[in-house]
Amino acid sequence: MKSMNITINGRQTTAHEGEMIIDMAKRIGIHIPHLCLDDRLERIGACRLCVVELAGSPKPVASCTTPVREGMVINTHSPRILEARRINMELLLASHDLNCVTCDANRKCKLQRYAEELMVRDLRFEGDRIIRPVDNSSVSIKRDNNKCVLCERCIRVCNDIQTVHAIGLAGRGFNTRIEPPFGQNMKESACVNCGQCVISCPTAALCEHSDIQNVINALNSGKYLIAQTAPSIRATLGECFEMQPGKAVTGKMVTALKQIGFRQVFDTDLGADITIIEEATEFIKRMKEKRSLPMITTCCPAWIKFGEQFFFDELHHMSSCRSPQAIIASLVRTYFAKKIRVKPEDIILVDIMPCTAKKFEIQRPEFMGEADFVLTTVELSKLLKQLDVDFIHLPDTEFDTPLGESTGAGVIFGRTGGVMEAALRTVADWSGIKDFTKLDFKPIHGMRTMKTADIDLKGTKVKVCVVHTLGEARKLMEEIRAGKSPYHFIEIMACYGGCVGGGGQPRGSSSVLEKRAHALNEADSHKKIRLSHKNPSALKIYKEYLGDFGGEKAHRLLHTKYSRREVL
Amino acid sequence: MKKEGFNLIAELQAVQDRYGYLPMDVLKTLSKEHKIPGTEIFAVATFYNQFKFDKPAKHTIQVCTGTACHVKRSADLLSQIQKTLKIRPGEITKDGLIKLETVNCIGACAKAPAMMVDDKVYGLVDQDKLRQILGALR
Amino acid sequence: MITDKEIEQALNQLQGDRITVGLATCGISAGAMPVFHALKNADIGLVEEVGCIGMCYNEPIVTVVKDKRRFIYGGVTESNVHRLISALKQGNVCEDLLVAKDISDLDFYHGQKRLVMGNCGLINPLKLDQYVAKGGYLALLRAISMEKQKVIDEMIASGLRGRGGAGFLTGKKWSFIASKKGKKYLIANGDEGDPGAFMNRTLMESDPFKIIEGMTIGAYATGCDEGFIYTRAEYPLAIDTLQKAISIAYKHNLLGKNILGSGFDFELSVRKGAGAFVCGEETALMHSIEGRRGSPSPRPPYPADHGIYGYPTNVNNVGTWGHVTVVFTLGASEFRKLGTKESPGTKELCLAGMVKRPGIVEVPLGTPLRKIVYDIGGGTSDGTKLKAVLTGGPAGGCIPEYLLDTPLDFETLKSLGSIMGSGGMIVVSEKSCIVDVARYYMHFTQEESCGKCTPCREGTKRLLEMLEHITSGKADKSTLDKLKMLSSFVIDNSLCGLGQNAPNPILSTLKYFENEYLEHIEKKKCPAGICDKLVTYLITGKCIGCGACARACPVQAISGNPKEKHFIDQSKCIKCGTCYAVCPVKAIIK
Repeated sequence: MKSMNITINGRQTTAHEGEMIIDMAKRIGIHIPHLCLDDRLERIGACRLCVVELAGSPKPVASCTTPVREGMVINTHSPRILEARRINMELLLASHDLNCVTCDANRKCKLQRYAEELMVRDLRFEGDRIIRPVDNSSVSIKRDNNKCVLCERCIRVCNDIQTVHAIGLAGRGFNTRIEPPFGQNMKESACVNCGQCVISCPTAALCEHSDIQNVINALNSGKYLIAQTAPSIRATLGECFEMQPGKAVTGKMVTALKQIGFRQVFDTDLGADITIIEEATEFIKRMKEKRSLPMITTCCPAWIKFGEQFFFDELHHMSSCRSPQAIIASLVRTYFAKKIRVKPEDIILVDIMPCTAKKFEIQRPEFMGEADFVLTTVELSKLLKQLDVDFIHLPDTEFDTPLGESTGAGVIFGRTGGVMEAALRTVADWSGIKDFTKLDFKPIHGMRTMKTADIDLKGTKVKVCVVHTLGEARKLMEEIRAGKSPYHFIEIMACYGGCVGGGGQPRGSSSVLEKRAHALNEADSHKKIRLSHKNPSALKIYKEYLGDFGGEKAHRLLHTKYSRREVL
Repeated sequence: MKKEGFNLIAELQAVQDRYGYLPMDVLKTLSKEHKIPGTEIFAVATFYNQFKFDKPAKHTIQVCTGTACHVKRSADLLSQIQKTLKIRPGEITKDGLIKLETVNCIGACAKAPAMMVDDKVYGLVDQDKLRQILGALR
Repeated sequence: MITDKEIEQALNQLQGDRITVGLATCGISAGAMPVFHALKNADIGLVEEVGCIGMCYNEPIVTVVKDKRRFIYGGVTESNVHRLISALKQGNVCEDLLVAKDISDLDFYHGQKRLVMGNCGLINPLKLDQYVAKGGYLALLRAISMEKQKVIDEMIASGLRGRGGAGFLTGKKWSFIASKKGKKYLIANGDEGDPGAFMNRTLMESDPFKIIEGMTIGAYATGCDEGFIYTRAEYPLAIDTLQKAISIAYKHNLLGKNILGSGFDFELSVRKGAGAFVCGEETALMHSIEGRRGSPSPRPPYPADHGIYGYPTNVNNVGTWGHVTVVFTLGASEFRKLGTKESPGTKELCLAGMVKRPGIVEVPLGTPLRKIVYDIGGGTSDGTKLKAVLTGGPAGGCIPEYLLDTPLDFETLKSLGSIMGSGGMIVVSEKSCIVDVARYYMHFTQEESCGKCTPCREGTKRLLEMLEHITSGKADKSTLDKLKMLSSFVIDNSLCGLGQNAPNPILSTLKYFENEYLEHIEKKKCPAGICDKLVTYLITGKCIGCGACARACPVQAISGNPKEKHFIDQSKCIKCGTCYAVCPVKAIIK
């Protein structure tokens, strides 16, 4: 790759041919403000905040879409450029809902950050503002177009990466807005609730539908409060309290929940272990009977809604097993309620989940009445802050029994490839391979969105595929529809990175997602038991209550069904 | 959506030619049949001036607001029509008889100010002429 | 192809006795269709339809060619055509409808050099033999006998600059795409979004083959195998004419496979826009052809690298394609003799507004504006003093009266704060308010903004609001500074040419007419009496006391006894102008 000499802000440096100015600047530590730029998305050059001065050019240029050239002399923060960015901000603010103090994105909003950085003091261009109604129809995602800056990141994520096409542009010029088509609201739209749009939105135009007040009311209701925490929460909650990414904060998380009033804190990872027991049983059965292969995992409710909407005829490939959260929820209402002799209706179960889609999942008719509320990681952190919990100084506490013990296989559910690896460990063990560490799972590790591996199980070759983002899921499903899929077992996660990158998580770059995955892997390697079907608590539940693996009672309590959904 | 051979704008123009506007359910059918996401269709249909989402009125009055007509006081003509019909550009009279629109240049610049009623062009429209034209419609 | 015999016949027809009726859109909207039918049914000889001869102020136009002389009749309508018919039947001239005994008699045509518009109004647009008889397709024959690179070299040597407004060297543009391999597209931009410009439309309706021939030459030189003429949906006659001309060209092996045995293929079709001024910008135009929203994209990548469906694409204005034919008909060195060194050739313009003789004119570049407005246009139509000439439409500016000796060329206009644009030239007299002109243009641009980039979407809205404050008396001293500052910001930071040029009318009118702005702001007065909110309505002595105004007034601000002079209570008056409009004796003044 050709190397070029350029001068930027008075510094001499080298750049690669084909590099855009903003990327080169970032590489050497110069941060240029931007709103519409996102590394994973096609660049549209719309916000114009990233403009820079070029010697010899009468006008500024957008650094996100201007490639470097030999001898370029660039100034990224000249007085003229700063004034241009300031005017740009004033224009955005003139069309914006400026009630920051009561806004969901207060202190996290990119407009606030740039307004401060650029010292915006005087709004010189006030005029008409189009007031649009807030869309609260969805249980997962709230849309407020009065806070939209038309950076179009949500559209590019929903259409290009997720291929859901729930929202798009409408109108033109000053009247442009982002919404579902044909006058639909979010609930009626094709939205699968993955929340990837939420974590790409620089303001509060898109945010999670909040259940914090519901949980506060629950904590004060006098009822029996139980919480369960998903595998990936322990790897991300710390970042909400300015801890470095890559450190699991499991013990503090449990302590925090107990401190604010939860009587029991259970581990969804146990549900994950049970999921593996059921799914592995199911998989082996399908392999023997050579039917409905490839089998597809079903922990991800966004993927499930996606499948129900666009690929219903192929849904017999999905495992019928519930997601880990739903398994724990089911057991709490039945098995656990009986054990502690509390009426099921006197229990309030709150799920701490990485995603906004779980808010939709718990309201499915099949799961009604089991979990009461879902709080995302971000919501939990807001609740803890409101209740003045000094998170980073908390001691560690263990999860409660009987639904708190988990294996290393359960923990890795939170990252892409985790469910597949957990399932294959059990399948391998049941096939006679006693040391799963001999199997090579590296091909399904990492952030590539489509990963495949061939696993040799004592003569049987199992072709597996792990994908994340729904765009990749769509490709796989089209292949299955055409009858051309070469796989036996498929893991689908809707969110980039898996649950560590969920719509309810704090935002993080690709490298932060990798660090979170690493935290989960580390937790796994420190566990004594790393095979789901060897989880003593799980085995006890089967013995005392569920019966056989994949048996009749297990099916009734731990499996579910899917329905066709008509959307555009 | 870059689909060579299928042109969404031409398809929408065909729908509008047939119905006089773009009925929502026809657009939804278009989406299903051609496997084009509803967002794409809606985004394109709401971008261009030509596409209408309301049933057309019996007659359409288009007042030219091109520069030559503007200089010859098309604004006065427009406001006179607005006052008489009690509607603004883009709106239809309560009885569904007349829709008022503005259009940029119908090519009768020498006869400014000009307006069209359905397909007929009227030039040098003054108050009397306007009264005649509106009277003939009712 | 056409046979020599057919060409000879066509030539005879063109030179022989015949009657032609201008049936382009301007003629039709003036009422030429019934005239055409009446003449046809009158059985007085060969009656043929032609396009627009450019003299729009005289439409409908009937030309009677007799004994090689060309009598021009104007204003011929359904109600007076019978007079013309009886005069012709008697072998006489119909004096009261006669405009000129010969085209050369008309001041309107003196100083014009009609090359690209040369056939318009003289030939039947859809008769290929007439087009060829007047020298058509000689250019293509010459081009395909040359090596492709030589064709490009000649285009570069001619110095032809794009006629759509940007003025980029056409030959240079061709050379960018000529080197690319694989499928390539050629586009004619016929969107012509400027309100008050219809040169392209006239050419498409009156001489479509000139465009098609130019594109075919360009396709040959650049190696493009497919092309589109993109034209706005509001031009139904142009679309129809082009489509018919294209199919005629296909029939005669002038389009399609192995054109005239040369071995090169070129497929051409028409694509309709759906109503968006921004689609005149080339990346937005390409998106529109693909059936998408017409939002522009950042450049790079340039269309020559990545255009329609990802393939290299070359976009030139419809007018430019017409000039391509002219260049290869005359030859580059002959072409260079016209116009100026930096801007060779001629430019077709749409002269309109407060001018006596509005129409389509074509002059050599470098012609002084004064000559165009006065000699050709006849000066202001209302007899009042000329205030300014607007060039470049909503992306342009104004040239005040004292600068009217400015030559018409790309550089000079730019140096004065305006642009050439597509060729719209609007004459504005003292009776017009120049601030209202700026507001009018900003209203247009703001409505047409695609909305993608912040500076244009938000900036044009706020600029418009400021202009509306100024014209309604709500502005203060700070408004002008804000107007200038925001204008510069929008020009410097917008993504595409629409935003980058939208504030030009503001800065240009401010440059030459700041005093008019100040009168609106400081004195809350509109000197021309145009801005409704700044006028005072007064009832004069002409008042007959009929009470029509009082009844019509929406705020009951008028009082008076029957048959006595009425009075307007200025404190209640909302300056809506209704009384002014309804007074039967024009007793109310502004």
